[in-house]
Amino acid sequence: MDNNKTTDMNAIKDKIYYIVSFIAVVIVAILFTFPLYWIITGAFKTGKEINATSPIWIPTEWVWDNFQRLMAKRTAPILGWEIGGMTIGAATIPGAIRWLLNTVVMCVSSMLLTCITSAMAGYVLAKKRFWGRVTLFTLVVCAMALPKQVILIPLLREMNALHLADTAWAVIFPIVGWPFGVFLLKQFSEGVPTEMMEACRIDGANEWRTFTDVIFPMIKPGVGACAIFTFISAWNDYFMQLIMLTSSEKLSIAVGIATMQGESSTDYGLLMSGAALASVPIIIVFLIFQKYFTKGITMGAVKG
Amino acid sequence: MTSPKSGTMSRPRRLVIHETVTSYLFLLPFLLFFVVFVIYPMFMCVYTSFFDATMGREDIFIGFENYKTLFADKVFWIALKNTMVIVLVSVPVTCIFSLWVATVITKMPVAATSAFRCIFYLPVVTGSVAVTMVWKWMYNNYYGIVNYLGTNLGILDKNINWLGDPKYALWCIIIILITTSVGQPIVLYVSALDNVDKSLIEAAAVDGATATQAFWKVKWPQMMPTTLYILVITMINSFQCFALIQLLTQGGPSNSTMTIMFYIYYNAFKLFKYGYGNAMGVVLAIIIAILSAIQFKVAKEK
Repeated sequence: MDNNKTTDMNAIKDKIYYIVSFIAVVIVAILFTFPLYWIITGAFKTGKEINATSPIWIPTEWVWDNFQRLMAKRTAPILGWEIGGMTIGAATIPGAIRWLLNTVVMCVSSMLLTCITSAMAGYVLAKKRFWGRVTLFTLVVCAMALPKQVILIPLLREMNALHLADTAWAVIFPIVGWPFGVFLLKQFSEGVPTEMMEACRIDGANEWRTFTDVIFPMIKPGVGACAIFTFISAWNDYFMQLIMLTSSEKLSIAVGIATMQGESSTDYGLLMSGAALASVPIIIVFLIFQKYFTKGITMGAVKG
Repeated sequence: MTSPKSGTMSRPRRLVIHETVTSYLFLLPFLLFFVVFVIYPMFMCVYTSFFDATMGREDIFIGFENYKTLFADKVFWIALKNTMVIVLVSVPVTCIFSLWVATVITKMPVAATSAFRCIFYLPVVTGSVAVTMVWKWMYNNYYGIVNYLGTNLGILDKNINWLGDPKYALWCIIIILITTSVGQPIVLYVSALDNVDKSLIEAAAVDGATATQAFWKVKWPQMMPTTLYILVITMINSFQCFALIQLLTQGGPSNSTMTIMFYIYYNAFKLFKYGYGNAMGVVLAIIIAILSAIQFKVAKEK
């Protein structure tokens, strides 16, 4: 009887703790979304409401004013490729749009290259037994634990020597070389039954066919996770973009907006419209592919 | 030694050679990028740290001179101290906070769990530049919402210049850093909590354990590998805190927010002291390696 009472008491205590912490989590979650809310509303506020000393929680009128100023700030050619004295795509567009396009190009190229190279390497590391496999895998894991920024100085000098500095490739290639994708897809490939590969060999399929027709379809969810993960980290790879890109029409959206901050540091309306432009597209991508993304994070973490 | 190796030994030599050749053909595209853009720069980082290197001239070999200058550099020690403060505060806070959030949201219906997981991941996806800008506005001396709330709720007597005051600037940065680093740990803890052996929890409940006891005695030990991983990634992440500092304070006021990462950037890309910056990078990498090794060791003993 007495024992029952204590368990009841404990159950009530647990219940109260749960309710209190539920409310607390909701409050914290509101605080976490607030900066994003403030960016988006700020982007549409009038100058007067932006600089009001008591904050305007919900804009009374929504204006495109800030975006218009942002677009007028800089211009850049659509392509601006110079081929034999001719310039292709010389028509000008707002700088901010060009930066967005640049960023999309960087993200998509990094994503495609990373997925292809990582799928091939991850599959082999998981399923083949070859000389140097253990050493190579150790190297991959060690490289992942190192702070990426440490290699930026040598990387910039290398890009200068290769005449790649100030091009999108200078941002893309190091992302492709970063071994996280390989690690992730190795984890996924471990799940492919070895009998499948043997069956292919007996059927006379060559190694490449085995990979493209049998293995690749099986590790597709992993490739999806790798793709979305690479896309989002490439979008937000600010430090690398900052160092590698210098000319105004080649900047990424993050660096472009950051430079603008240096020029008009108190025009918060303008800055918020820039921040919205830099973050809303990637947030939408994240929300769409959220499921793959979380899968990538958890799979990539399974004790190396 | 290990099973794959002994497996290799027992197979015919020709097959091993064939397998090795095809494997390296598959690895080739990745290895090309990995070696040229990760391994080679890593090697060059160590190598150049022994040179007086700058733009537009040949590097001059100076042995350990960069390291000597570094250890006598007052700003370096300030930067190291600030970096340590950031790491020592943000790592435990991030871990405990994410564990707490994860335990609460896993008890909810699946849709709610994933909604909350998303919300806490948002600051990461938003990107450091956008996040930093809005915080700069919120911390602003005159128009900032932090001062507005502080004075109106009676917490502050007068407006505080948050980022311009050496007393507060570093703490302001730590707060932003924490909001942008809890996303991943929460995702990991939620999945770790899902993976805990359910039969053990039921057994504990049958034996009369309270939910708190069941958590610390049964779930927590099973989540040790996840915790270790989270500690290491959060630590590396905190050491690398750069964008916040570059965009908010530039290391100021009076070096109160100077961190190693920003000091490396400042030396290399503002003063063009490449060798010196690399020496600092090497020291930073060594510190991170030692701290990770300690964490692994402590976790293993437990």
